Amino acid sequence: MSETDGAPSTSNRTPAAHAGLSDPATTVFSAAQLTEVRRLQSLYPDPRGALLPVLYMAQETFGWISLEVEEYVAGLFSLSPAHVHEVVTFYTLYFRERPGRHVVSVCHNLSCHLAGAPGIIAHLKRRLGVDPGETTEDGRVTLLSVECLCACEAAPMMQVDDRYELNLTPTTVDRILEGLA
Amino acid sequence: MTGETILTRNFARSDSHTLRAYVETGGYQAWAKAQAMEPAAIVEEVKAANLRGLGGAGFPTGIKWSFIPKNHAGPVYLVINADEGEPGTFKDRYLLERDPHALVEGMLIAARAIRSATAYVYVRGEYVEPWRRFSAAVAEAYAAQHLGRGFDIVVHRGAGAYICGEETGLISSLEGKKGWPKLKPPFPAIKGAFGAPTIVNNVETICHVPHIITRGAAWFAALGTKTQGGTRMYSVSGRVARPGVYEAPVGITLRQLIYERAGGVTGNGRLKAVVPGGSSAAILTADEIDVTMDVDGLKNAGTMAGSAGVIVMDETVSIPEALMVVARFYAHESCGQCTPCRESTGWIYKMTRRIVEGRGRKDDLDTILDVAKRGAGTTICAFYDGAVGPYISYIEKFRGEFEALIPHA
Ligand SMILES: Cc1cc2nc3c(=O)[nH]c(=O)nc-3n(C[C@H](O)[C@H](O)[C@H](O)COP(=O)(O)O)c2cc1C
Ligand code: SF4
Ligand code: FES
Repeated sequence: MSETDGAPSTSNRTPAAHAGLSDPATTVFSAAQLTEVRRLQSLYPDPRGALLPVLYMAQETFGWISLEVEEYVAGLFSLSPAHVHEVVTFYTLYFRERPGRHVVSVCHNLSCHLAGAPGIIAHLKRRLGVDPGETTEDGRVTLLSVECLCACEAAPMMQVDDRYELNLTPTTVDRILEGLA
Repeated sequence: MTGETILTRNFARSDSHTLRAYVETGGYQAWAKAQAMEPAAIVEEVKAANLRGLGGAGFPTGIKWSFIPKNHAGPVYLVINADEGEPGTFKDRYLLERDPHALVEGMLIAARAIRSATAYVYVRGEYVEPWRRFSAAVAEAYAAQHLGRGFDIVVHRGAGAYICGEETGLISSLEGKKGWPKLKPPFPAIKGAFGAPTIVNNVETICHVPHIITRGAAWFAALGTKTQGGTRMYSVSGRVARPGVYEAPVGITLRQLIYERAGGVTGNGRLKAVVPGGSSAAILTADEIDVTMDVDGLKNAGTMAGSAGVIVMDETVSIPEALMVVARFYAHESCGQCTPCRESTGWIYKMTRRIVEGRGRKDDLDTILDVAKRGAGTTICAFYDGAVGPYISYIEKFRGEFEALIPHA
């Protein structure tokens, strides 16, 4: 895959195209993004140190990490797609299917459990009509139940996209859900 | 025993995260002083201060620094562990958000001590706001030319995996791999990130360093016990009136922390059990809380100071249910490399769950204890020992409660 390592300077050539991927047009970084990839790679003595950050970029750009995205990213690093797959599947913050427009991750670890997390999770399940791990039919919310987010002083708590929402009650949960478009 | 606060002294200021506030309160003076010191003198000062690592293992910081091979020709890396993930712990989040320049300044000094020109700060992926705050502080420090003149900081985000808090798992992850821990030796100080000598330190550990340089090792050592200097930040949660972060000298007792700082026990008001050092620490009963919260005090009490995450449980809490929640965590987070860890964490979670659901079998408790005791100490990293601590202590100290749930036990 070394041809794709010196990344193209325009976005009309698709580094993944020669890998025989189905829809390469959707899986290309812009020229500016490719510059950012090279900057990130230069921050580590071995460029592959930038793999996690570049996977974040890919997820932001393409919405989730499909097998096709894995191959594309592998090409940018001269890594095998298998290596990238192994990495992507190891971590919880890379989505391997398209998540909802918002991701709600409720903590179910000990301090939150003691403060009523099971009730909060039951409330969210009722309100959203999905179980943890599922996305609402309208694609609005993916519900997850996760391990300690280290805000146990404000239990029960959850993460909504980038934000921590603390000291939850069913009422505040409803208000937070209403704010999610 | 309220004492002086050091790490949290500026937390009440709304602008405490800015360079201006930091400099106004004496920030970057320690760095100025350290620049006139020989690296070896900095290491000696930190050794004499009795600073112990505050990430979990409690290893003496100055001694760890001295393991970097002398006259090493290639690069040496400083890696900051901001992957805070130990259940019950939230102190590093406060430091990153409210005093990020303390970490930057501590890193400058630590890097001089170990002759490192590049540092990586590994921030857990979920910590978006702490990551933004810390990155903004790094940008300010570059603009003020504290950084960029022989020392660079790269801020790196994790992607969701508790095991990346373990230092060699963290290094694997930083290298662009899945976060599999590595066998030690070689220790990171000899062969760490990207194969180079590396010091991994916790956020809070490094935030102490500027104060040690400014006020001296003797002052710092005197704040603590014979074998551990200083204060540390205790994260207190669970059934207490005022959950939160409390900075106290490491000689504070668990009783003082719960009753004098955190406002006492809620629920039915009567204490049943306490986790003293994050979920991987063995649980203590209500009669075991007259223990000092330093590394050796808790070790002598059969548990560990760990990350100083204190989780309080009143009499209404079901210990079997608490163990089930904890066991689910270890089953989910095992990296899967070692057979005892991968297999036992899964099975023990299933067994605790069936006990809680009233489907336990007569031999389940002895099976769990047997499996836990046999696997301890056999794995690549300390994750599994951290699971074994709760398995054994919850069951041995509250056996009657488990038995009551098992039909015909
Ligand atoms: C399973 C496991 C998880 C750990 N998680 C963390 C963590 O989240 N943060 C941390 O600083 N240290 C954590 N540690 C401890 C690190 O391995 C390491 O000892 C520490 O970062 C060294 O820094 P210190 O000497 O300043 O404490 C963990 C250890 C284990 C075994
Ligand atoms: S003890 Fe568990 S977490 Fe640690 S390396 Fe082995 S399998 Fe992974
Ligand atoms: S237990 Fe929920 S944030 Fe820690």
